[in-house]
Amino acid sequence: MDARRESEPTSNRTTVERKSDCELVTTRTFNAPARIVFEAWTRPELFKRWWAPKSMRMSLHSCQMDVRVGGKYRLEFENESMAFFGTYLEVMPHSRLAWTNEESGEGGPVTTVTFEEKGGKTLLVLRELYPSKEALDAAGTGAADVLSETFGQLDELLVTLGASVGRS
Amino acid sequence: MVQYSQTHFNASFAALSDATRRGVLEQLGRADASITDLAEKFHMTLTGMKKHVGVLEQAGLVITKKVGRVRTCKLGLCRLEEEAAWIERYHQLWAARFDELDKVVEELKRKEKADGRKKRK
Repeated sequence: MDARRESEPTSNRTTVERKSDCELVTTRTFNAPARIVFEAWTRPELFKRWWAPKSMRMSLHSCQMDVRVGGKYRLEFENESMAFFGTYLEVMPHSRLAWTNEESGEGGPVTTVTFEEKGGKTLLVLRELYPSKEALDAAGTGAADVLSETFGQLDELLVTLGASVGRS
Repeated sequence: MVQYSQTHFNASFAALSDATRRGVLEQLGRADASITDLAEKFHMTLTGMKKHVGVLEQAGLVITKKVGRVRTCKLGLCRLEEEAAWIERYHQLWAARFDELDKVVEELKRKEKADGRKKRK
């Protein structure tokens, strides 16, 4: 084992934001070059290990990924009735991946993941673009993401509310 | 499923911009009340209070229910709570995935270093 501390994982922050009516954007930085992070997204035996986190009591039964433009993927949970599947639309080694999500029919989003390397770290941006605002809302995300944009405003209002309680 | 929109949130914030309406929310946070009770507490006419409650109701912040001749008001924050809960779950899922991904990435980094050392020998 390498005795140096530089490879110790330090927890980076995950952010989620609704960028537009149809788009949901998640970001996270990883302490590794893009080629390594990309590898973990494109090799099924690696993808399988993190995509169904044990801490969320999830476990993948199988994970098939044909990572090339037009290639298919299929992720199946222990309960075989639940599966995620789709087609890769873009595969640019170490920088960009895009695929369709077809399990819920035509309302499914297109997922695009970009890997941007800076100083040995990688900023990962995951975008989920839905065909319409209604599709995103229906996915249960609409509410939450508008809210995240306005959390700041809400905080201010709560402070105001608190202050006015004190006065009355 | 209820449709949400920016408009809905604008309505919430507009509703909260008025001191009387904030007072009504605080009051309802302590106990449900009828419009008559609220009008008395805030020294207001019944019509005036109905208007304020109407704004809060439209924003989804208050729910009213007519029982007999009395309209009772209570806090309707459940929609906001549902929304907050949803994004929290989505965020938690991805944060958990990415924490696991950190482990995979660290392992790959160590492997790459080890392989690099082997090649140099």
